[in-house]
Amino acid sequence: MSVARYDHGSRIPGWDDAVDLSKDPASIPDPALTPVPAELRQQIEAAMARYPDFRSAAIPALHAAQELHGWCSPEAIEQVACVMRLTPAYLTAVVGFYDMFESKPVGRNTVYVCTNISCSLRGARELHAAVQQAAGDDPDFNVRAFECLGACDIAPMASVNGAYVGPLELSDAERIVEQLRAGEDVLPEKQLLRRKVADPRASTDAPALFDDEDRA
Amino acid sequence: MSELLLFKDIDEPGLASREVYERRGGYESLKRALRMPREEVLQNLLDSGLRGRGGAGFAMGKKASFLPKGTMDKYLVCNADESEPGTFKDRELMQKSPHMLVEGMIIAAYAADANRSFIYIRGEYQQQAEILERAIEEARSAGYLGERILGSDHSLSLVLHRGAGAYICGEETGLLDSLEGKRGNPRLKPPFPANQGLYQGPTLINNVETLATVPHIIRLGGQEYAKLGTETSTGTKLVSVSGNVQRPGNYEIELGIPAREIIFGLAGGPERGRDVKFWFPGGSSSPVLTPAELDLPYDFDSMAKAGSMLGSGAIIVVDDSQSVVDVALTLAKFYRHESCGKCTPCREGTNWTVKMLQRVESGEATPMDLDIIASVQEQIMGNCLCVLGDAMAMPVASMVSKFRDEFEAHIETRRAQLGLGEPTEPTPLEAVGVGS
Repeated sequence: MSVARYDHGSRIPGWDDAVDLSKDPASIPDPALTPVPAELRQQIEAAMARYPDFRSAAIPALHAAQELHGWCSPEAIEQVACVMRLTPAYLTAVVGFYDMFESKPVGRNTVYVCTNISCSLRGARELHAAVQQAAGDDPDFNVRAFECLGACDIAPMASVNGAYVGPLELSDAERIVEQLRAGEDVLPEKQLLRRKVADPRASTDAPALFDDEDRA
Repeated sequence: MSELLLFKDIDEPGLASREVYERRGGYESLKRALRMPREEVLQNLLDSGLRGRGGAGFAMGKKASFLPKGTMDKYLVCNADESEPGTFKDRELMQKSPHMLVEGMIIAAYAADANRSFIYIRGEYQQQAEILERAIEEARSAGYLGERILGSDHSLSLVLHRGAGAYICGEETGLLDSLEGKRGNPRLKPPFPANQGLYQGPTLINNVETLATVPHIIRLGGQEYAKLGTETSTGTKLVSVSGNVQRPGNYEIELGIPAREIIFGLAGGPERGRDVKFWFPGGSSSPVLTPAELDLPYDFDSMAKAGSMLGSGAIIVVDDSQSVVDVALTLAKFYRHESCGKCTPCREGTNWTVKMLQRVESGEATPMDLDIIASVQEQIMGNCLCVLGDAMAMPVASMVSKFRDEFEAHIETRRAQLGLGEPTEPTPLEAVGVGS
């Protein structure tokens, strides 16, 4: 969560205005008064059933709620809290910790541009600026500079609605935005899933994977 | 060069499915392992000398043997959070050969007598999570997971858990807290996870590559596997080479080959006309090495002797067109962003290091700032619950000490550009009567 700050770093007074200290903290929502969409409830309950301790389902449940609501809105958090029988404060703390949870309304199309070291050595910051410019102030887009996404082999790269694409040229920025607007597959020829391993020996037509005689 | 274990035929179409994996001899090691007593499987892991592939390089068999004996819920957790900048080997393995990981986990759980297992995969790896989920389902319907696997007395459940974007969740205790549904703050150690880990139960945590190697150890036998690599760094290792090289990507090497062979032979070295300026041997957290150290053998001990570490096996090459100040600042900003904030030296140290490096970058700094940067790094190291702070302190300190001339030259050039004139050293504290 970003806090408004002066140039010298201090917090601008009022950054915590939303907190009304005269009120009691929000308690676990009452199921009778909290409508939860049936599908979301079912997803959360299924997640809770997978773990020895139901609280482990907090992150999967928030993923599901964010998917439905577009961000972790107070309403979304309240619904998760209601099904999981946790306080909204507990879940808000979890949301605040993880980069993929949005604590403000964002566009539906998520583009994470990796700007960490390996990508920035290959022009990621310029790429991020280009994608931002291409998306402009379109409210449908959520363009973020992200920490290492674990795909330095296709640097500079981006994760477009969860699909990794790279290596990207500056001119790809426009195409990404256009294809997302048109609802098309993004840069099909640059998708990571279609890429082979770099090690040239990995693709040879050798016998079985576990061939015992092979080593003898 | 040695033959491939992990990467052999990894691009075989359909290898992610059980059918093709089994046609390639998959799950044979599991069957073999289940015919042995648990102790023998564990002995094979011990004999193999396999060291953890996630970063710390701790002997895997030894770690598995630390779990207490007796009947209770014991956990095996696969660390698939892979967020160390420069590392992308686990992604390739999970995406192309998910059953290798699943098979390795079942065998490792058998050796450690664990009955519940989890894969904690980073939230960004959405596509890989879907592939793994399918593989787990296939393994379950084939009877490789569940109660009394293949008629043995070994039972195991496996749950895939997606994270939501936090570097610190790759730290084993941060991961456990995150898996328990909390903020991913690291815990105080001891107690170590082997005694009190997930849900306070005995827990074995291993990296994806480590676990994916297990079926190969069972197939070859521990002692045979130990013949690969060097005496203290056995086996093969996936290295992720990235940055300023012509063929970035994952390569499987036998530990102990010269680093030059990896960077130049396999990855093609920097672009024509460029030279290596410095390189990270084991992810962005490892102290940087110079071109003079390119001929060192690439294994755990040689990298440690050179004052760095093999880490996760991610080599990042920086060529001479890049500014060391820029790299240091990019790194420091990353660690500042990812510090969980629990321990003061890390939370404040990463923040102040960024501020000082920004002063260096803008030309407002004096050479004395470089000394302060170095001393701040020293005060971070070893003073926190986990090593995130150290992970920034080590590379930044190494860059400042090995490239001090360039930092100073950068400050001077910037000052000249901005017309700031000579830096004024601050008045010593004694002169204004402080501390007297």
